[in-house]
Amino acid sequence: MSQAGNSAAFVEFERVQKSYDGETLVVKDLNLSMPKGEFLTMLGPSGSGKTTCLMMLAGFETATHGAIRLDGVSINDIPPHKRGIGMVFQNYALFPHMTVAENLSFPLEVRKMGKSLREEKVKRALEMVQMGDFGGRRPAQLSGGQQQRIALARALVFEPELVLMDEPLGALDKQLRETLQFEITNLAHDLGITVVYVTHDQTEALTMSDRVAVFDDGRIQQLAPPDELYEKPQNSFVAQFIGENNTLDGVVQEIRGDTCIVKLDSGDVIDAVPVNVANVGDRTLVSIRPERVEFDKSRLQEGAHTLKAEVLEFIYMGDIFRTRLRVAGRDDFIIKTRNAPDQVRLEPGQQIDIGWLAEDCRALDA
Amino acid sequence: MSEQVLAADGRPLKSSLNRALRRQKMRALMLIAPLLLFIMLTFVIPIGQMLFRSVENQIVGNTIPKTVAALAAWDADQNEAPDETVFQALFYDMFVAAEAKEHTKLGSRLNYEQAGISSLFRKSGRSLSDIGELYQDAFEDLNPAWGDGAFWFDLMNDNGGAIASGLMIQQRDRLKRLTSADISLDVDFALRGDIAQALPLTAQQYASWALYTANVDNDVIAEETPWEAVYAALADDLRDPEAGARLAAYDGPGADSLLAALAIVPDIAAPSYKDAFAEIDSGWLEPRVWQTIQTYSPPFTPGYFLNSIDLEQTPNGIEWRPENQQIYLTLFWRTLVMSLTITGSCILLGYPVAWMLANLPARTANLLMILVLLPFWTSLLVRTSAWKVLLQDQGVINSLLVWIGLVADDNRLSLINNATGTIIAMTHILLPFMILPLYSVLKTIPPSYLRAAKSLGATNWTAFWRVYFPQSIPGIGAGSILCFILSIGYYITPEIVGGTRGVFISNRIAYHISTSLNWGLAAALGAILLAAVLLLYWAYDRIVGIDNVKLGG
Repeated sequence: MSQAGNSAAFVEFERVQKSYDGETLVVKDLNLSMPKGEFLTMLGPSGSGKTTCLMMLAGFETATHGAIRLDGVSINDIPPHKRGIGMVFQNYALFPHMTVAENLSFPLEVRKMGKSLREEKVKRALEMVQMGDFGGRRPAQLSGGQQQRIALARALVFEPELVLMDEPLGALDKQLRETLQFEITNLAHDLGITVVYVTHDQTEALTMSDRVAVFDDGRIQQLAPPDELYEKPQNSFVAQFIGENNTLDGVVQEIRGDTCIVKLDSGDVIDAVPVNVANVGDRTLVSIRPERVEFDKSRLQEGAHTLKAEVLEFIYMGDIFRTRLRVAGRDDFIIKTRNAPDQVRLEPGQQIDIGWLAEDCRALDA
Repeated sequence: MSEQVLAADGRPLKSSLNRALRRQKMRALMLIAPLLLFIMLTFVIPIGQMLFRSVENQIVGNTIPKTVAALAAWDADQNEAPDETVFQALFYDMFVAAEAKEHTKLGSRLNYEQAGISSLFRKSGRSLSDIGELYQDAFEDLNPAWGDGAFWFDLMNDNGGAIASGLMIQQRDRLKRLTSADISLDVDFALRGDIAQALPLTAQQYASWALYTANVDNDVIAEETPWEAVYAALADDLRDPEAGARLAAYDGPGADSLLAALAIVPDIAAPSYKDAFAEIDSGWLEPRVWQTIQTYSPPFTPGYFLNSIDLEQTPNGIEWRPENQQIYLTLFWRTLVMSLTITGSCILLGYPVAWMLANLPARTANLLMILVLLPFWTSLLVRTSAWKVLLQDQGVINSLLVWIGLVADDNRLSLINNATGTIIAMTHILLPFMILPLYSVLKTIPPSYLRAAKSLGATNWTAFWRVYFPQSIPGIGAGSILCFILSIGYYITPEIVGGTRGVFISNRIAYHISTSLNWGLAAALGAILLAAVLLLYWAYDRIVGIDNVKLGG
């Protein structure tokens, strides 16, 4: 993980705070450091401060406290148009009175670029997003996906080193979104640009990013690569926000190095990894991913604790089976199994024993 | 051509659809019917009538029809007064018109075209009976029966023979056209055919008198002495070279008296009609008077429109009016320029306000909106009068400027009773009409456009000018059209603060409607104003596109 103040940092937030009304902080003590070429996503529920952070970076909001640095230079007092940061907006913000080519040419014109060079760059940018033939159209004549491609091309045409994207795919349908996710990531890597991407869609965040910053309550709850974020959530918010998650309440009974034993409220005892529980007797929220739960004893570790479970519901979802169980007094426990030829289909009413590898079960803050 | 699509019941789909929609359309029509009717009755029809007045000129032909007919043969280029026939026709026309008190109206009408005609007509109307009286006295001296209504009635009325009904209808129509009084009453009189043949002019005049007496004065025809024009007509008939032959053929009542009258006619010492009119007023001998009458004798005239643009009709064609009478082109031009100035200053002052309204937080914007609407709660007259107080020489603004030292005390700015005053006051009054449509358009422009422009490297000004402003043009267009059309027809404010140099064409229209009563000219000026507005609207549509006008959304 990058350290704040790292000399390789390209974008840097240092102790940044933001308040709109002077009473509450929307962003609380934000520290973030990004190397050049990274694709970083700010993920979080609405009102978590992620968009405010993006706007501060773009220059449309001023930080109440702290420093924002770009390539080592503090940009707090630099107006947006001098920051040289490309930006893609949620509603595309293509200028409706200009053609596509004029839209793309705009950033080059304000940079006083010659006409022939402009035309060449516009042409190249349009081809880059596979919209070469659309230069003469008006934005209103394009579909949402096409408009977003143009918006992307416009943000890239003046070759900024940093591009900000504010939920750029929010208004598109699922299939188009997936295609564009792929295209945007590829473009970003090919061009070597640094991207800060804001979204509230966790799938988008996981599939596109080098690192994801999960925001909640004005703070970064966890900043990590997608796999780490998913598999090793640092706290219960991240665990619950990213992906599907089973949680069980309990008390830490014993800590033995990198494993601990948790006594659930139902009286059962399970193994877990202590993540942010410090002392025996602390209340904890144990989190297990549905796909890491096993009900085949042979696949569990010797001596692993198991829990009694009753199958409540079996849902066929095509690629996976989703089974709802009653476990330790809760009836919202989900397990997911792959639809493989030898896979067992559980019947409602069936009694089974479930267990998991201790490292998949994380004891988090309650 | 694709195959006709049929509905489920086999009828063509189109007609089925039409049938289904007809009910909806009828209901929609019913909903707007009251307003439609109201607008038709109170707006479209009166405006149409008003515009019709700008070309309508039937008063000349209706009041002096014979004169108009006789004058057709007169050559205006000869530059001398027409001959006796025209004056004779004028005598009979004027006599009836004077009895019906319509001649002064014609005088006023012709006075618009040439000053002085009004008094000519008024004077003549009073003296016409003197001409007829000469003959009446002569005939009564010969035979007192000529002064007796019953004698005349017997002479003219139906006694079972042929009836000259055509002449009666003709006279009735002529009176109907002349006067607004009701002439349709069935009178107890029918003109006999043989007398109409023997004394054509007399029969005509008697019929005219009889209809008028019975219809308007409500008198019994047989008990009244005919008016003087009938005696003049009798004399004219008897003076006719063929009078002897006609009378010889006549054997109806009063044939003897007529023969006796025929004998004395050459001895009656009476001047010609031309001399008689010249005696009343020598103005009648001026060719210009007759040129005017001839020029304006057709039922429709371009004259009002020509006057509206400082032209006039002359025998030599259309010419500019004398320099000192030219006023309307200047006024039109001033109205146009000042309306554009007012619209321009409304844009300059209104745009920032509309911008603030659109971009401030809702609470502050609402307060500001109340301030914008505040003028609407105050009477227009009060606001305009307030400007009078503010702008006058010793007014608040001048005093302030003097106090600051910007203006010398003995050199105070004249801000009122001129174009400046009108522009200031009207800009203030029309400002809300600019702000409101502008605001509703600015509100629909998302702030992200400006942000996008700035993120692309545009300075604040470039972002505004290249990105925000073009999108606000529909609002400017809507506000400008509203302000311009309102100001081009504005009346009260220029009247109060405009003095003489700051009044609009609408003030002139009002003057002609209420003071000079020259409604035809007022209508022509109004029609030109309307045409100018439509022309500008068309030009706007061509240049900017009327689809680009938005009042919101």
